[in-house]
Amino acid sequence: MIDIQLDEEQQQIAETVTSFAKQQIRVAAREADENNTVPASVIDQAWGLGLIQNAIPEAYGGYGADASAVTGTVIAEGLAEGDLAIAMHALSPKLVVDPVLHLGNDEQKQRILPTYTGEKFAAGSAAVSEPRWNFSVSTMTTTAKSDGGDYVLNGNKCLVALAKDAPFTIVYAKDDNGVVGAFIVEQGTAGYNVGEREANLGLRALATYEVALEDCKVPAANRIGTDAQPMLRRARVAQAAMAVGVAKASLDYAIVYAKDREVFGVKVAQKQAIAFMLADMAIDVDAARLLAWEAAWLIDEGEEHMREVALADQFAADAVMTITDNGIQVLGGHGFIRDHPSELWARNGRGFVTFEGLASV
Amino acid sequence: MNFKLSEAATQRRDIMRMAAEGLMRPIARQYDEEEHTDAWDFFNAMWEASKSNRDAASMTGEGNADKKEKSSGETKRKRRENTLMSAVQIEELAWGDAGLYLSIPNPGLGGAAVSAAGTPEQKARFLGSFHDGKPKWAAMAITEPHFGSDSKQVATTARRDGDEWVLNGTKIFCTSGHRALEKSEGFVVVWATLDKNKGRAAIKSFIVPAGTPGVIVTKCEDKLGIRASDTAQITFEDARVPADHILGSPEIVEKGTEGFRGVMATFDATRPIVAASGIGVARAALDFVKQALADEGVEIRYEAPQCEMTVLEHEIIWMESQLQASRLLTWRACNMMDRGDRNSREAAMSKAKAGKVCTLVTQKCVAIMGPLGFSRKLLLEKWMRDAKITDIYEGTQQINQMIIARDILGYSSSELN
Ligand SMILES: Cc1cc2nc3c(=O)[nH]c(=O)nc-3n(C[C@H](O)[C@H](O)[C@H](O)COP(=O)(O)OP(=O)(O)OC[C@H]3O[C@@H](n4cnc5c(N)ncnc54)[C@H](O)[C@@H]3O)c2cc1C
Repeated sequence: MIDIQLDEEQQQIAETVTSFAKQQIRVAAREADENNTVPASVIDQAWGLGLIQNAIPEAYGGYGADASAVTGTVIAEGLAEGDLAIAMHALSPKLVVDPVLHLGNDEQKQRILPTYTGEKFAAGSAAVSEPRWNFSVSTMTTTAKSDGGDYVLNGNKCLVALAKDAPFTIVYAKDDNGVVGAFIVEQGTAGYNVGEREANLGLRALATYEVALEDCKVPAANRIGTDAQPMLRRARVAQAAMAVGVAKASLDYAIVYAKDREVFGVKVAQKQAIAFMLADMAIDVDAARLLAWEAAWLIDEGEEHMREVALADQFAADAVMTITDNGIQVLGGHGFIRDHPSELWARNGRGFVTFEGLASV
Repeated sequence: MNFKLSEAATQRRDIMRMAAEGLMRPIARQYDEEEHTDAWDFFNAMWEASKSNRDAASMTGEGNADKKEKSSGETKRKRRENTLMSAVQIEELAWGDAGLYLSIPNPGLGGAAVSAAGTPEQKARFLGSFHDGKPKWAAMAITEPHFGSDSKQVATTARRDGDEWVLNGTKIFCTSGHRALEKSEGFVVVWATLDKNKGRAAIKSFIVPAGTPGVIVTKCEDKLGIRASDTAQITFEDARVPADHILGSPEIVEKGTEGFRGVMATFDATRPIVAASGIGVARAALDFVKQALADEGVEIRYEAPQCEMTVLEHEIIWMESQLQASRLLTWRACNMMDRGDRNSREAAMSKAKAGKVCTLVTQKCVAIMGPLGFSRKLLLEKWMRDAKITDIYEGTQQINQMIIARDILGYSSSELN
C-alpha cells in the first residue's frame, strides 16, 4: 500500500543529520569554500555520528544498522543542506563501502570494510568521470584488460574526489567485453597517478583530482562483482538527494530573507512575483525528494529501477539549477555578493548535471 | 515507506482501465463533437456498475465506513486508503476521457460538501438517494458572474422566512448543474450569504434539490475542452428550500470563520483528485506518443549521454519525470488525508504542479506528433483542450501558489493576497 513518509527511525536520522548540518556544517561552509579546504574538525564530528559505520554489518566491525538506500537519501539530503563539498567529503567512504557491501564478495568485505569502521575517519574515492565534454558511462574509454590473473587499467579520469587521501579508490573501467566494472585500487599502486588538484566552478572545498591510469595493474580479486552499472545507479540516487539538500538550503534562506527585506513599503515576500516563485521552488524541492525516495525504495526492494533512477536524477539536476538560481534572484543584487550563501549553492548546484561518481547511498 | 499500490488499489485501477478503454475511448470523440448531448448508455452503465459495486461492498461488509466506524481493524485499514484509491481510479477514468469522467452520475462535489459538513440525517437523506433508482448527479455552485477565485464575494442571498430559506442570485460554471437539476433527481449545493456586510462568516451552503420552484438553468456553456461535461448557469428567483437544508450552523459567528474554513477544507480532499484527473489526461497523451514512437522502432534511452540524446528523448524523459513528480505529490497529499494529517499545503502543491505539468505535457505531445497532433481524427488535440481545465477549477494555478506561499512564509491572507 502506498505510504509516502519516513518511518520513525528515518525521521530521527533526518533530524539528527539536519541539525548537525545546520549547526556544524553550514557555519564552516563559506570559509571552506574560500580556502579550498574542508576543515578536518567537521569531518571528525560527522564521523562521530556513525553514519558510515551504521551501514556496515557487525561482522565487519560496523554497527549493523540500516543500510537502505532510502535512509541513504535522507542522510545525503540532510548533510548537503549544510554544504555540498563538506557533505561529499564526509560521505566519501561510501564511494568504497557501498560497492563492496552490495556487490563485493566476503573476502573483499573482510579486506576493505574494517578500514571504515575505525575510530578515525578514512576517506574513500571513486574514479568515474573522464575529462571530455561528451563523457557518459556508456562512452567510457578507460579500459581494464585481462592479463593473466590481473587487470591492467588504462585511461584518464577527472573529478576524482580525495584521490590523494583515500586508501582505496574504486576505478570504473570497461573490461574486454565492454562491461563497465568496478576495480579496487589501493593508494600507492604503480600506475595510479594522481595529477593536479582541480579548480572548479563549485565544490571548491572538496579536493578533486585528475587521475591518470597508466598500466595500473590490479589483481583479479579486486574486481567487485561483474557489472558495475547498478552501483552507478545507486550513486545517481544519492546525487539526486544531495541536489534536494542544496535546493532546500537555497529555498529556506530565500524565505527568511524575503520576509525581512522591505521594498515599496512591504516585505518583498508579500509581492506575488516573489511569493509565487518561492511556492514553485517549494513544490519542486518536494517533488525531487519524492522521486529520489521512490528510486531508492525500488533499489531497496530489488525491483526494476533503471527508468525511475533516470527520472529522479534528471528532475533533481534540473530543479536544483532553477531553484538555486531563483534563490539568488530573490535576494536581488545581494544574492550576487559572497556575504550570502546563495551564490555558493548556485555554483554547487550547477555541477549535478556533470557529477558521476561523487556520491553514493 | 512504500511505493507499491495495494492489491485492492491495483484491482480497482484495472477495472477502471477496462471501463476507460472499453466504454470511454470509443465514444470520446463523439461527445466532444456533439457538445450538450448526454451519453446515456455510458451513464447508465456506470450507474449500474457503481450500484452493484456498492451492493457487493455492503454485502461483504466493506464500504459504509461511516456507519461501521472503527468496528474492526480491517475497516480502519481500508479507510486509510480511500483518498489514494480515488486518485488512482480517477487517473484511469480521466485517461479514458476527462469530460465523460466528470459526467459520471455520482454525488460529485455536492456530495463531498454534504459528507464533509452535513448532519448524519442530511447524509442519509441526500447521499442515500444515490444508492438506488435512476442515475443522479449532484453539483456545487460557488462561482458567480462577478467572482471566481475570491470566494468571499458571494452575492447570492439566503433569507430566512418561517420554516424555509429563500435564495436569490445567479451562479455560473456549475459542473453537472444541468444534469443534477434537470436530467435527474439530484441536488446542487449552493453558496449564499445571510448578510453581505458580514463577509465570510455569513456565507453558508444550502442543499437545493431538483424540482425546487424558482431554480432555473439558464445556460450551458460552450467550452474549449471537457465538452461532454455540462457547465451550467443557474438563477435562483425566490427559490425556497426547507430550513434543514442548510449545511452547518445558521449562526453568523463574527470573529471565527470556522464554517468557511470547514468548507475550504473540502478542497484539501478534492484538489489531489483534480490533480489526478489532469495526470490521467496527460498520461493518455504521453502513452500515445510513446506507443507511436515504439511502433516506428524509436527507443527511449534513459541512460544515454546528454550530448547523444535526441531532442525527442530529452522531451519524453522530461515529460515522464514531471508527470511522475506530479503523481507522487498527489499520492502524498492523498496519503496524508487518509492518515488524518493536515494537508492543505501538500494538496495545493499537487494541484499547482499537475495543472502546470499536464497543460505543458499535452501541448508538447501535440507538437511532437506534428500533423497527427493537430488532427481531429486522433485524440491528441482533444487531450490538450481537456487538460487545460486542471489549471483553472478548484483554485487556479495562482490561487494554489498563494496557498503554498502563505503556508511556507507563515503569512495570513491579509499579508499576502
Ligand atoms: C469548466 C469549468 C467548470 C467549473 N466548475 C465549477 C463548479 O462546479 N462549481 C463552481 O463553483 N465553480 C466552477 N468553476 C469555476 C472555477 O472554479 C473558476 O473559474 C475559478 O475559480 C477561477 O475563477 P474566475 O474564472 O472567476 O477567475 P478570476 O478569479 O477572475 O481570476 C482571473 C485570473 O486572475 C488570477 N487571480 C485571481 N485572484 C488572484 C490573486 N489574488 N492573485 C493572483 N492572481 C489572481 C487567476 O489565477 C486567474 O488567472 C468551473 C469553471 C470552469 C471553467
